[in-house]
Amino acid sequence: MWRYFVKRIALAIVTVFAVMAITFFAMNAIPGGPFDTEKASEPAVKAKLEERFNLDKPVGEQFVLYIGRLFQGDLGISMRNGREISLIIKQSFAISAKLGGISALVAISLGLTLGIIAARYRNKWPDRVIIFFTTLLQSVPSFVLATLLLLVFTTQLKLIVAWDANKVNYLLPVISLAMYPMAYITRLTKSSMLDVMNEDYIRTARAKGVPRLSVTYKHGLRNALLPVITYIGPMIAYILVGSMVVETVFTIGGLGQEFVNSVNNRDYSMIMGTTIFLSIIMVTMNLISDLVYKVVDPRIDFS
Amino acid sequence: MSEQDNNGRNGKRPFSFHTDLSVFMPATEEEKAQQDIMRPSSTFWRDGFRNFRKNKLAFGSLILLIIIIFTILIVPMLIPYGYDEIIRIDGKRDKTLSNLKPMQWSERELEAKANGKEIFPHILGTDSLGRDYLVRTLYGTRISLFIGFFASIIVLIIGLLYGSISGFAGGKIDLLMMRIVDIIYSLPDMLLIILLSVVLREAIGDKIQGTFLSKLGTGMLSMFIVFGLLYWVGMARLVRGQILAIKENDYVLAARSVGASNARIIRKHILPNCISVIIISTALQIPSAIFTESFLSFLGLGVAMPMPSLGSLASDARGAIQSYPHKLLYPALMICLLVLTLNIIGDGLRDAFDPKLRK
Repeated sequence: MWRYFVKRIALAIVTVFAVMAITFFAMNAIPGGPFDTEKASEPAVKAKLEERFNLDKPVGEQFVLYIGRLFQGDLGISMRNGREISLIIKQSFAISAKLGGISALVAISLGLTLGIIAARYRNKWPDRVIIFFTTLLQSVPSFVLATLLLLVFTTQLKLIVAWDANKVNYLLPVISLAMYPMAYITRLTKSSMLDVMNEDYIRTARAKGVPRLSVTYKHGLRNALLPVITYIGPMIAYILVGSMVVETVFTIGGLGQEFVNSVNNRDYSMIMGTTIFLSIIMVTMNLISDLVYKVVDPRIDFS
Repeated sequence: MSEQDNNGRNGKRPFSFHTDLSVFMPATEEEKAQQDIMRPSSTFWRDGFRNFRKNKLAFGSLILLIIIIFTILIVPMLIPYGYDEIIRIDGKRDKTLSNLKPMQWSERELEAKANGKEIFPHILGTDSLGRDYLVRTLYGTRISLFIGFFASIIVLIIGLLYGSISGFAGGKIDLLMMRIVDIIYSLPDMLLIILLSVVLREAIGDKIQGTFLSKLGTGMLSMFIVFGLLYWVGMARLVRGQILAIKENDYVLAARSVGASNARIIRKHILPNCISVIIISTALQIPSAIFTESFLSFLGLGVAMPMPSLGSLASDARGAIQSYPHKLLYPALMICLLVLTLNIIGDGLRDAFDPKLRK
C-alpha cells in the first residue's frame, strides 16, 4: 500500500514539475519580451527591468531561478498592472474557492440523491425524467447556461438582483456551475447502484430479512459511492475551469475571471502564475481522490 | 456372412478400421433439411447495426444528425448571401440592415422591394455588421462539426498508433511509454489547452503566412495541435488495454500455433475485437471537442474572425444579450442539438456494439 502511495505522490510531483516547465518554456516561445510594450521605454530602464527579472540570463538559468522563486511563493508581477501575482491569486481565490466549494457540495448531494432515485425506480417515470434532464444538461455549454439563467432570472423575471456592490449572490453561479457535474454524478450513481444491487451480498442481506431501506443505504450506497469518489478529482478540475466562464458571465471577480482577463489582455506572467497555481490544485485534488479511493476500498490490490 | 457390431466393424477382426458401408443408410430429405442453415449468417457489423436500429432514440438521433449535415451542406448554397458578406443594397451599405430580427426587412430593402426588386429574406435576421445570421449559423455548425470530427480523427490516429505499439511491444518499452502517458494524463488539460492556444496563436502566426494552413487560421490550427498533443492519451490507454487483454486470449494462441503471422493475427483477431471500443470512444470524442471549441471561443481563442463557429457566435451574442437574445439562442440551440445527438449516438453505438461496456 505504501509503495502505491509513494508512486502516486511521485507522479503528482513529476506532473506539477512538467506543468511548470511547459508553462515556462511555452511563455518564452512567444515572440517579444514582457517589456517590449508599445511605449518604447528607455534602453537603460529596460535593461534594469530585465536585470531585475533575470531576463538577461540564459533561458535555462531563468527557469531554475523562476522555480526557486516559485517555491518561495513568488510568482512575479503582472505585466499589465504591476501588481504582485501571488497577492491577486490570494484575494481572488477566496471567492472562487467559496463558489467552487458550494457548487461541489450541491453537485454531489443532488447527484447522489437523484442517482439513487433513478436506480430505485429503474425504467419507471422518475428514472426517465431524471435521465432525460441529465442528458439534456450534459449537452449545454456552461457559458450558454449561465447567460440564459442571467437573462431569464434577472432581466426577464427580475427575481434576482444581478449585481450588488456589497454582496455577491451565489445562487445563479452555483446553479450554472453545479449542473454538469451533478448530471454526471447522477448517471454514475445510477449505473453503479444498479451494478451493486445485483451483487450476491445484497441478496443475502435481503434474504436475512434486513429492511429494504437499510439494504439500499448500508449495503448498496456505500459500495456504489466508490466510482463517485474517483470522479471528485475530475469534478474539481471541471469546476475550477468552469468557474472561469461562470465568474466572467456573472462578474463575480474570482480567480477564473482574473484568468480570463489575463488571457484577453495577453498578460503572460499572470497567465503563467494562474496556470501553475490552478494546476497544482487540480493535481493535488486528483492525488487526494485517488488515495482516498484506495483507502476506502480495501478490495483493490496495490501491486 | 460376417457378424457386425453397431459400428459396422467386422466382427472377425475387431481392430480393423475398415468400415462396412452396407450398414449405413442414406439420409432422407427430411433429415437433410435439418442441416440447412435457417437464417443467413450474421456478421459482427450487421449484428451491431441491427441492435443499433432497435434503439429508437439513437437511430432517430442518427437520422437527425444526417439531416443536419445535409442542411448545412445544401442550404447555404440556396441562400444568396456569403457568411462573411456584409449585405449591400444596390452597392451601398445600409445602416438599418444590422441587427435585424428574424424575417425583418431594413428600410432600404423595403424601398427596393417596393420598386419590384426580389430580395431574399433574412430568415434569422442579421448580425451587428449586417451579415445574414442564418448563413453564419449554418457555417458555424459546419466549422464546429468539422473541428469535432477532425480533432477526434487526430486523437484516433495518434492514440491508436501509440497504444498498439505499446501494447504489442510489452515489457520495458511498454512501461516507459505508459509512464509518459500517465504524466500527460494527469496534466490539467483545459488549462494547458488555454495556455498553448495563447502561445501558439502568437508563435505560429507568421510561420504559416502564405501556406494553405493560413486558411484554417491560427486559432483552429492551434486547437488541432493541442488536441494532438494532449487528448490522445485516453485513446492510447484504451487501445493498449484492449490489445493486452486480447493478446492473452486462447484463440490468439491457437492462431499462432497453426502458424499465423503477426500481421494476420493483428488483422484477423485483434483489430476486429477492439475496433468497436475504439469507434465508440472516437464517436464520444466528437461532442467533447465541440464543447472544448465553444469554450475556447468564449475566451476569444477560437477560430479566427470572419469565420464563424457556434462557440464564437454564441459568445459574440453575449455582448448584446439584453437587446437581441435570439442571437444567442440559435447557435446555443445548435450546439445543444449537435452535442445531444452525438452523445446519444455514441451511447447507442456502445450499447449496440459492446454489451460489456453497457451502463
